[in-house]
Amino acid sequence: MFKPKEDRMAKVKSLADLRKMKENLQSKVHLREKADNPEALVQIKVGMGTSGIASGAKEVFNYLVDELEKRNIEAVVTQTGDMGYSYAEPTIEVTLPGKEPIVYGYVDVKKADEIIEKYVKLGEMVDGIIPANYRTIEENK
Amino acid sequence: MANYKMQLLICGGTGCRASSSNLIIDELKKQLETKNLADDVQVVETGCFGFCEKGPIVKVSPDNTFYTQVKPEDAEEIVDEHIIKGRKIERLLYTDPETKKHISDSKHMEFYKKQVRIALRNCGFLDPENIEEYIGREGYEAMGKCLLERTPEQVIKEIKESGLRGRGGGGFPTGLKWQFAAANKADQKYVVCNADEGDPGAFMDRSILEGDPHSVLEAMAICGYATGATKGLIYIRAEYPLAIKRLVIAIDQAREYGLLGENILDTNFNFDVELRYGAGAFVCGEETALIHSMEGERGEPTVKPPFPAESGYWGKPTNVNNVETFANVPAIINKGAKWFSSIGTDKSKGTKVFALAGKINNVGLIEVPMGTTLREVVFEIGGGIQNGKKFKAVQTGGPSGGCLTEKHLDTPIDFDNLIAVGSMMGSGGMIVMDEDDCMVAVSKFYLDFTVEESCGKCAPCRIGNKRLYEVLDKITKGNGTDEDLELLDNMSRVIKDTALCGLGQTSPNPVLSTLENFRNEYEQHVRDHKCAAGACKDLLDYVIEPENCVGCTACARVCPVGAISGERKQIHEIDPALCIKCGACIEKCKFNAIFIQ
Ligand SMILES: Cc1cc2nc3c(=O)[nH]c(=O)nc-3n(C[C@H](O)[C@H](O)[C@H](O)COP(=O)(O)O)c2cc1C
Repeated sequence: MFKPKEDRMAKVKSLADLRKMKENLQSKVHLREKADNPEALVQIKVGMGTSGIASGAKEVFNYLVDELEKRNIEAVVTQTGDMGYSYAEPTIEVTLPGKEPIVYGYVDVKKADEIIEKYVKLGEMVDGIIPANYRTIEENK
Repeated sequence: MANYKMQLLICGGTGCRASSSNLIIDELKKQLETKNLADDVQVVETGCFGFCEKGPIVKVSPDNTFYTQVKPEDAEEIVDEHIIKGRKIERLLYTDPETKKHISDSKHMEFYKKQVRIALRNCGFLDPENIEEYIGREGYEAMGKCLLERTPEQVIKEIKESGLRGRGGGGFPTGLKWQFAAANKADQKYVVCNADEGDPGAFMDRSILEGDPHSVLEAMAICGYATGATKGLIYIRAEYPLAIKRLVIAIDQAREYGLLGENILDTNFNFDVELRYGAGAFVCGEETALIHSMEGERGEPTVKPPFPAESGYWGKPTNVNNVETFANVPAIINKGAKWFSSIGTDKSKGTKVFALAGKINNVGLIEVPMGTTLREVVFEIGGGIQNGKKFKAVQTGGPSGGCLTEKHLDTPIDFDNLIAVGSMMGSGGMIVMDEDDCMVAVSKFYLDFTVEESCGKCAPCRIGNKRLYEVLDKITKGNGTDEDLELLDNMSRVIKDTALCGLGQTSPNPVLSTLENFRNEYEQHVRDHKCAAGACKDLLDYVIEPENCVGCTACARVCPVGAISGERKQIHEIDPALCIKCGACIEKCKFNAIFIQ
């Protein structure tokens, strides 16, 4: 049950207060709001099969979630099963709004940073694309 | 604050809880805890998702995977497979009945495709016991806007322009109602939320209160500001313990945050809300009876005028609105009257929540734009009739409404269209009937309810409805006459014209509408003493089909009254004069040789 926290401002004293509080609390429901309309946002799927996890997919997943938020990029990061590229794990699939999905292999934290900075922000191509496989992860299953 | 990577939303409405959704929550939390994921994955208990037929529902965010009919035992697999390995659990996904394919995102299900959620916008989305989630999603913003940026007149104007009409049944324009209450001068005024919800089969208001109590509180405060009231009361039936619990929590939290109480947002505006419990009498949903009940008097209606807006609770100006009406208000203020009035039909704006029940595949809670046709509701969203049977009728408006049939399927649903075809919107119960339902028995069912619920104050309702019930009972027993049909029609009209309150004024509607749309069924009962649907037990005959009977004597031996005769290896026969229609023979017969006609 609800327990008021000690460190919190007890009362909302003005509309400005309320709006500031909303800014701070938005993250509580933001994940859900984004999920309602993912097509309009950057979507990243991280392959989390056994081989993906073994080669560090979890770390990449956490990094992407945290960094995209820090860099103020509206994105939906989800995990998915094995992508079928076990030779190139960790793999991630990036879909920019209105674009075809692109799959990157051997993604570590450094590569993830590059993908965010170049591909997600600027739309520039980044090395490491797993080519010519025009199937999305879902179809590949 | 932990930055959650994923959230698991689990329906904590009354329906899903009855199927152990609270145990699923416990189990998921336990699994996440032992697997060290509690900081990454949050478990949120929400209000109703609406798809009660397939509950309990677990939704995974942000990948929007919608798991149906989840059991506590499935929690481990959800965590191991979906959360850890990212693999969807196929067997828990919804299977499209047409294509037989699994659908993982609810957006692509027929059940959700045509829905537009305004009143239910936060149900199945927010944790109703946590005000911070509500604030994080623009909660109390509408109230803040009204208090600081608008005059009461402007608020009323906005509501009027939105075209919002009361969702409690009458469809009275909400803005106009607020204007009346505002215009009456008094030292104390009240805002009352009607959460009595007495229609059989209805659970719209309950679901809103269970899933999003703050929306209703916020709207009541806005109404208080607009009408000049400082006290809010919610009249809720004691049979709704979960809704009450969540309201109590919500009121406490809102007070705690200074969003209810004195000097709200430093504006000198005071408003507080209290609960009043009802004992569940249908008539107490009628606003004057409701007010008397709140005052500790008998829950009996009084003649209007005076309307509550002039003289309501303790004789003071009182604005009474329904739960769903209120739930629309913050959305209208935040998004504007123009946005709201762009949805719906000419004279009915916005959406309506319906509780789908009866012989329909997708039982549940839906919200559709006004103007959606009955066909879309029954066959697309509702998924059609159970077991491939034939659609017969939909009862809307509960005991005050009527039956709509095949020929009304393409009628766009709104307040005025439903009245034009002899039913009414009511509060939003929709009971779907198939070929096995007898319409005479259905109207008898509703009259039985009204007789039970009549407060007895006025003679037309107390005596008239009882007589209607008796005539219907006589007909279903095969003793009716043609004159009885005339009597039903006449009596119904007299009761409608003379009863004191809305209960009696509408209680004959189920009779009149079935007489109109299914007259042949009534005639069949009185002239041929037959019930084609096979629902009226007294009119059924048990017969043996000679083709199938092998003369095994099993039926004759089981018959408790010796109504079955026949030699071994000879075709048997049932004597209808002796048969008591207990059904024992049908159960015993291995050869499908006994039928009901
Ligand atoms: C017999 C009877 C039962 C009613 N039951 C309810 C009810 O359960 N809930 C409700 O909101 N209105 C009910 N009403 C309608 C109320 O009298 C009133 O019109 C309504 O609460 C006003 O709110 P609205 O304008 O927002 O619809 C009932 C009316 C009658 C005649």
